[in-house]
Amino acid sequence: MTEAIPPAAGIGLRHPHDAALARAGAQVTPWVEVHAENFLCDGGPRRAMLAAVRERYPVSCHGVGLSLGSAEGLDPAHLKRLRHLFDWVRPGLISEHLSWSVSGGVYLNDLLPLPYTDECAGVLARNIAEAQNALGRRILVENPSRYLNFSDSPMPEAAFLARLVKDTGCGLLLDVNNIYVSCVNTGGSAADYIREIPAEAVGEIHLAGHSIDGDGAARVLIDTHSTRVCDEVWDLYRAAIARLGARPTLIEWDRDLPEIELLLDEARRADQIMAEAA
Amino acid sequence: MTLPALQRAFTAAVLGAEDGALTAHIAPGLAGRIAVYRNTVQSSLAEVIAAAFPITRRIVGPMFFAALAGRYAVTRPPRLPQLSAYGADFPDFIADDAAHHGLAYLPDIARLEWARGESYFAADAPALAPEAIAALAPEALNAAVLALHPATRLMVSRFPIMRIWRVNQPEVVDVPAVDMAVAENVLISRTGGQVRLRELTPGDAAFVTTIQEGRGLGTAAERGLAAEPGFDLEAALRDHLIGGTFSGVRN
Repeated sequence: MTEAIPPAAGIGLRHPHDAALARAGAQVTPWVEVHAENFLCDGGPRRAMLAAVRERYPVSCHGVGLSLGSAEGLDPAHLKRLRHLFDWVRPGLISEHLSWSVSGGVYLNDLLPLPYTDECAGVLARNIAEAQNALGRRILVENPSRYLNFSDSPMPEAAFLARLVKDTGCGLLLDVNNIYVSCVNTGGSAADYIREIPAEAVGEIHLAGHSIDGDGAARVLIDTHSTRVCDEVWDLYRAAIARLGARPTLIEWDRDLPEIELLLDEARRADQIMAEAA
Repeated sequence: MTLPALQRAFTAAVLGAEDGALTAHIAPGLAGRIAVYRNTVQSSLAEVIAAAFPITRRIVGPMFFAALAGRYAVTRPPRLPQLSAYGADFPDFIADDAAHHGLAYLPDIARLEWARGESYFAADAPALAPEAIAALAPEALNAAVLALHPATRLMVSRFPIMRIWRVNQPEVVDVPAVDMAVAENVLISRTGGQVRLRELTPGDAAFVTTIQEGRGLGTAAERGLAAEPGFDLEAALRDHLIGGTFSGVRN
């Protein structure tokens, strides 16, 4: 049975912590999120671990390889593999990104930026509709971290996302750290972004840490998911929760992973902010 | 620039060294940031290869490996988004460089590492139970065709790949010299969620190869004996049943 993801703070299922989450005993977090593409193998210990975890926790599946923004369309074989996985895991939520990573059949393993044009909105609307149809589920679309803007990109990102919600019925995954990183790197107001996002469409929030590269004019924030959430992002999160109410919130950490206790500490802070807003 | 053209130009820029046609389409002052994407794409793919081939990396050293993996990433980028499938032809890709540096055995070590990864991610199936063999009538035994477990792989090499693999484990501090004149065959299998490697004698390797070809136990035993006069079928079969080499009797 699909278990709904509660409006509370969960953590990602990452290798150093998976044994602690698969083990029987008291639940350490209200829910977990996995990267769908890490579990597209046929069998083996990794699938066995996920089978144990999903017996104990509601699971959300976060994709990184569907490439919703590809002009050439989606890969039907990949959609089929994901459908197969989702029918087995029965995730409470599924999500992907407002980005592209496939061109000419080559997978570039990064969440690459899109121009926010009518042409691109058409491509995304078609691809999101196809994915939701093939997967038999509503997708949450996540705002990416951006390092550049295109010269021909007339729509602000928040308005572009609102249009996709309207055109496809998809939901949104609001990554507050990505909003902050993108606004620092390419200009724009993070506070305005949070005010402009269609509130009712937000089904999940991501929080993560970034790193800072270079200084002065060369300073750029890199979305490394390798540190604690910074104070500015916590402030934005507080503003988002004040506007949206409590939402399933994920603490993302992908590199230089600390002990699980540190992630749970970050999750408690998010839970506290949600409790204060209630 | 249309979206398909923009994505083609972006792909060329991140897999190559030049921003090319893309620069003109980036907002003022931000074209330098293409390098952030280029760096993420190239370094993340090279990291996937480094994680899949740790022993190969140890043998050639991190600097030389980084150069090989970097070149592989930009000339043979992945075609699938599940990165556990990326690197299948890396052993072939490094063959010329390895031979040039007097490391002719290196592609086989990389193949061994890849086979190990394949075994780890292969489908689950119960191992063939000894009772299933015992239940066969003596006259049916010779004709019985065993199915290899989905997680079983056999690596036949003209180099001592088992020894090279063993002495290059991370915990080994002083790597001893290995006699390169010895040929070794390695069986890779998965039991209890763990991938295990063990050396097979020439007779046992011929035995498993024949079973892999879909022939009966009788033929497999004959070929084992032909390859190695002292081949002990009973002992070999017992080890295979304990190690989960097979998953069933096909007829």
